[in-house]
Amino acid sequence: MTALAALIRRDVSVALRVGGGALIGVLFFLTVVVLMPFAVGPDLALLKKLGPAILWLGALLASLLTLDRLFTADHDDGSLDLIVMSRTPLELACAAKALAHWLAAGLPLVAATPVLGLLLNLDGTATGAVALTLLAGTPALTFTGMIGAALAVVLRRGGLLLSVLVLPLSIPVLIFGVAASNAALSGPSPFGTPFSILCALSLASLVIGPFAAAASLRHGLD
Amino acid sequence: MTLIDLANPSRFLSLAGRILPWLVAVTVLVLAIGLYQSATAPDDYQQGATVKIMFIHVPNAWLSMFVWSVMSVAALGTLVWRHPLADVAAKTAAPIGAAFTFLALLTGSLWGRPMWGTYWEWDARLTSVLILFLMYLGLMALWRAVEDPSRAARAAAVLTLVGAINIPIIKFSVDWWNTLHQPASVIRMGGTTLDRAFLIPLLVMAVGFTLLFLTLHIAAMRNEILRRRVRTLQMLQASKSAA
Repeated sequence: MTALAALIRRDVSVALRVGGGALIGVLFFLTVVVLMPFAVGPDLALLKKLGPAILWLGALLASLLTLDRLFTADHDDGSLDLIVMSRTPLELACAAKALAHWLAAGLPLVAATPVLGLLLNLDGTATGAVALTLLAGTPALTFTGMIGAALAVVLRRGGLLLSVLVLPLSIPVLIFGVAASNAALSGPSPFGTPFSILCALSLASLVIGPFAAAASLRHGLD
Repeated sequence: MTLIDLANPSRFLSLAGRILPWLVAVTVLVLAIGLYQSATAPDDYQQGATVKIMFIHVPNAWLSMFVWSVMSVAALGTLVWRHPLADVAAKTAAPIGAAFTFLALLTGSLWGRPMWGTYWEWDARLTSVLILFLMYLGLMALWRAVEDPSRAARAAAVLTLVGAINIPIIKFSVDWWNTLHQPASVIRMGGTTLDRAFLIPLLVMAVGFTLLFLTLHIAAMRNEILRRRVRTLQMLQASKSAA
């Protein structure tokens, strides 16, 4: 337990310090959202309608961008081998690493949402709904994305391959995240149903992600 | 002969050599019967002659999912039993599955043009098959990204199994997504029970396409084994001439 706590503390502090690059995700998120009005036009009514979708897409791409860092740095300096060989079960270590990654890279996206909601002309309820769905949904993005990150580090091919593998897996999260936000914004369906399914997706990926990532690390790093 | 005997590639090659001619003959026969029955099947009173696209479309759609199940079993074979043929089977099934999925999309789109008035509709079924196609392409990209086949095999096996868990979830969420947005345009072919005149050619075609998959898969596995042997020989040659 202390080993896992130490791993989380180390990962978070490494990600937040110089060269960690966790906050670049937020900057990317901001840039994507700022770019959108240039593509669809500065029509505030249209932006309000598209707002939840734009925020979700931005958060999805931003979390994808930072996924590369989940295992690469540890693999480069050799600490990943130590983690694989240590007595802590690799599944738990993977879960701890993903949790740390979410704290450093996922949570700032949620925190940035209210500010970005202002830019997209979203009112209080809508912004709150998007922030809440992002809070519930980004763990799923991190934990399923971890599988792709583990494959990428094992194969020493990151970047585009990782995105191609991970993006189709994140479709359910996107669907239910945007659906719940839109339900809070305009109805007619209740907010609770898609939101519960979103939470279920997060919990399921919390179980599947570490096992699949640990399997690919264990089979790949020999 | 059990599955473990086939771990010896030479034994698999000789078995495949004996089976393949018969398999090709049976496949051609069943497909010929199926095509004849499809061509002589009556026109639908609503859809006219376009209903015949279904005899090609539905078997392809079935196989698009069947091939992923075959790859999942092969992935288990790679990860659990380290069966040497399992990764050959998984690797060679991916392009064939992608081709069947593409044909299902293509024929569906050709059918949709006269029936729905559009080549593409963001219908739940179409969308989930499109995502399945993307996942096949991603898997093939993963196979092509790594030179060492056994390393690639284990990574692809993990991704295949994750896909096997995720595809039903994606299917479910896409169904949900579509019914939320446009409940009026969900058009389902299975709404009415099929008449025998259509059902029998369809089943024959389904069997024929499954046989086609088996034939192509065994032939592709044989080619892959030979390709790996050639590669090993070339590397041996290169290391000899370097020394």
